[in-house]
Amino acid sequence: METFDNNVLLLLVILPLIGAGILLAIPGDRHRLVRGIATSFAFINMILSVYVFAYYYFNDEGGMQLTSSLSWLSLPGPWPLGDQGISLALGIDGISAPMILLTGIVMFTGVLISWNIYDRNKDFFILYLLLLSGVFGVFVSLDLFFLFFFYELSVLPMYLLIGMWGSSSDFRTFIRTKEYSAMKLMLFLIAGSVLIWIAILALFIEAGVGSFNIIDIQGSSFSPSFQKVVFAFLAVGFGVLAGLWPFHTWSPDGHVSAPTSVSMVHAGVLMKLGAFGIIRVGMFLLPEGADFWMPTLVILGTINVIYGAISALGQSDLKYVIGYSSVSHMGYVIMGIATLHSLGLSGAVLQMFSHGIMTALFFAVVGIIYDRTHTRDISVLGGLAKRMGVTAALFTIAGLTSIGLPGFSGFVAELLVFLGLFETYPLLGVLGIIGAAITAIYILRLLGKVFFGPLDKQWETQTDGSRVEIFSSAILVGFVILVGLLPFPFLKIIDHGVKDTLAIFIGIG
Amino acid sequence: MVNNFALITPEFLITGLAFLILSVDFFIRSDRQHFMAYIACAGLIGILIFSLVSLWNVEDKLYNGLLVIDSYSLVFKSFFLILGGFIILSSIEYVKRHLEHPGEYYGIIVFTILAMMLMAMSGELLTAYIALELLSFGLYVLVNLDRYNAKSNEAGTKYILLGALSSALLLYGISQIFGLLGTTRFDEIHYILSATNELSPGVLVGLILIISGLGFKVAAVPFHMWAPDTYEGAPTPITAYLAIGSKAAAFALILRFFTEALMPAVDDWQPIIIIIATLTMVVGNLIALVQKNIKRLLAYSSIGHVGYLMLGLASMASINSEGVISLAKSHLASNAIMFHLMAYGITNLAAFLSVTTIYNSTGKENISSFAGMAKRAPFLSMVFAVSLFSLAGLPIFAGFTSKFYLFTAASAQGLLWLAGVAIFASLLSMYYYLIVIRQLYIEAPSDETPIQVPKLTVALLSTLLLGIVWLGIYPAPLINLLQHASDTILTLNSVSQLTLSLDYATFR
Repeated sequence: METFDNNVLLLLVILPLIGAGILLAIPGDRHRLVRGIATSFAFINMILSVYVFAYYYFNDEGGMQLTSSLSWLSLPGPWPLGDQGISLALGIDGISAPMILLTGIVMFTGVLISWNIYDRNKDFFILYLLLLSGVFGVFVSLDLFFLFFFYELSVLPMYLLIGMWGSSSDFRTFIRTKEYSAMKLMLFLIAGSVLIWIAILALFIEAGVGSFNIIDIQGSSFSPSFQKVVFAFLAVGFGVLAGLWPFHTWSPDGHVSAPTSVSMVHAGVLMKLGAFGIIRVGMFLLPEGADFWMPTLVILGTINVIYGAISALGQSDLKYVIGYSSVSHMGYVIMGIATLHSLGLSGAVLQMFSHGIMTALFFAVVGIIYDRTHTRDISVLGGLAKRMGVTAALFTIAGLTSIGLPGFSGFVAELLVFLGLFETYPLLGVLGIIGAAITAIYILRLLGKVFFGPLDKQWETQTDGSRVEIFSSAILVGFVILVGLLPFPFLKIIDHGVKDTLAIFIGIG
Repeated sequence: MVNNFALITPEFLITGLAFLILSVDFFIRSDRQHFMAYIACAGLIGILIFSLVSLWNVEDKLYNGLLVIDSYSLVFKSFFLILGGFIILSSIEYVKRHLEHPGEYYGIIVFTILAMMLMAMSGELLTAYIALELLSFGLYVLVNLDRYNAKSNEAGTKYILLGALSSALLLYGISQIFGLLGTTRFDEIHYILSATNELSPGVLVGLILIISGLGFKVAAVPFHMWAPDTYEGAPTPITAYLAIGSKAAAFALILRFFTEALMPAVDDWQPIIIIIATLTMVVGNLIALVQKNIKRLLAYSSIGHVGYLMLGLASMASINSEGVISLAKSHLASNAIMFHLMAYGITNLAAFLSVTTIYNSTGKENISSFAGMAKRAPFLSMVFAVSLFSLAGLPIFAGFTSKFYLFTAASAQGLLWLAGVAIFASLLSMYYYLIVIRQLYIEAPSDETPIQVPKLTVALLSTLLLGIVWLGIYPAPLINLLQHASDTILTLNSVSQLTLSLDYATFR
């Protein structure tokens, strides 16, 4: 058990890579075998992520757990800590533990949703597993090099995933090809990573300890002016991925064009990488810079919430509504982080988890509908609940979570964010609540138009979601309700992480 | 001083191999001419093993330091031998289909390998110049070899004219240095430069001329004009050879010359190299954005990569505000240059081999003609896409690790802003690599017939793929080797000046 615990995080990262390697060796026409292998690897990863989460919960010590370190490459030169250079240092704290659970769940449900992909499904699952390996890698890395390595790894497959299996939007007046969206997404994310890369190099040099390990770098003190500049680089760089306004424009396009499971992973997990990066790198290493920029971030986050919600109101494409709702909900995460208050930060982390599950559910349901009707035009869809009862129920649950109805996960998370905001920026807290009200408008409008109301004739013969699709959505629903009714295990873990993070800020500002 | 000729046995052997191929050419039946490639390859492998066994950890000099045998030259020698083997094996199909004189083709390639090895070994400017000319003359012929093809002729003519010009510049620079310093040996130049405080204008002019001459050879901006036309017109395997081999050889020489000879004058040449690096990175990657022909695109991309290598060269030393030169972190930069050369080398080999294979069966080199290639040749397209991702600098491939290492080296020497420019330039490059990947994977093919990939090519591509991934995820063994090489070129700077001055006196 000891060795297993030491390597479980490494396994989380390596297993998807091994899975991709095995798939490479399998002939591409064995569709069932290919998806069987992908599913089993995703399943094992989900079990491992549940294990990691439970381990952190029962361990009850807080701080960094399950740490391990493998020396990878030494950098020559006279460094004060010796030539440690780059090591594969892994570990989780109270913030990454829920993120790992989230990734495990979304990964598995995403694979199930992808069962109906038959066109080159081997290539699809290889890229999908690469993507997930990158995501797990970012959450568990304690070394800036590997954090960045996995960050880039999770960007790499996106172009092909969207370009090959995605779908273009073509409405009367609005055309977005998937090639355009894929390129836009890639260039935005790589542009963000340019800033992150520069910031990482700056941190490495300024710390001067000759190590990329976050814990080693944390020990050195940076001048306030350096912190302010570099934190801005990090906030924008990671902010791009988190959908921070005004760098969010790739996100609705990208999410809409992507195939269902990739939208689930991207909106559900990848955007969280951005927020996570701001916490793990920005706040951990540059507290004074963070303190300086947080008022700006909280305003940008508010704009995210309001702007995303208003944009969602005006969309005619079902998936774009969800895409913009992601932008809006990520605003709460950014606002929560920017409060630098224990309530707000806990809310932000819980919102990351809750939104991840919820938006995955949303995209899964939209995928179920699109697969059958081959349109996402809201004005054409109508009364689907009469033929697709279960799907409608699933969508309703996701919608109610999104609105923040008590009993679902969104309520707890948003409540905490608002409480944190009222402690720090009460006015913006009010604006945040207005955002939630707008959310209610567009969600109820969707429910009314697409699912309820008179059944359009052309949808008379629609069938409900398949068993696999319903099953995978049900897993997500389970977690939405679990967190809504029993948030305390999650909050207990998150509390450890928040305390550790905010401890850095004591005596600043 | 007795010269130990055993030390240059590999060079004798390789000369012998070249003559062997040229004479076998007279006797071999025309339908079996590709056997010469196998002979050449077997010979190169033999020589590689022989050099590794006989020269491992040997440090010596020949002819009063004209040729240097050390880990540095051994690393580059091995790289050139392996590279030559890959180039020869990947040309077989192309030569069969498109070229007339296989004997000359393989023979001259072997000669150019000899030239590259000499460049890595030379410890003196004239030896280096002669080696460089041997390489250039070989390449002039190889670029022109497709002689009924107008583009190949144009390419060759441009290459010869501008190559001759650059050689003239280089030679004039060398004569300037010799005239003013009285020596062309690296260690003596180092000694004289460290004894003088200020560089005389004449020496500076000589230095700039040498930088320009070498700049032409590696196609650094603003000396890059010949490269795209030449790359486009040359036979594709030769384009690969130009892009990888001649650049690596030139950098083997540049790195040794700048470190062993010019380090005391680093404050004079560093700004020049910084300017060249910035221009090369930005211009190369910007112009690549609009290319339609894959060979031109890869040509500009390779110009961009020369910019990154120049960035490494600029970070070979740091000068603090009091003007004191520090070499404390120079190992990082010199490792990084060699590592990036190798990572870039194997990645580009894979890319060019894919282009060659596609060209062999479709006869087209336009990027748009790659549409839907993933359906027609899945494995080939995968390797091609991997190599493009690696060139763009994405993990888990060699390009990411080597770029990260290189940029870390640059920022460790205080050039963080320049590393920032380089990172931004690689963002630009992302776009044009993705354009190619889009054709390969996303566009529908105009013609569904599968492309026949010869077994040998599959084997080569798999080897390169493994290499790309290996360097991407576990480069430590290679970098430890390179570390020895860096040690040998950086030690001179710490050798006591007394021994040098004695040496110098006996030489005069």
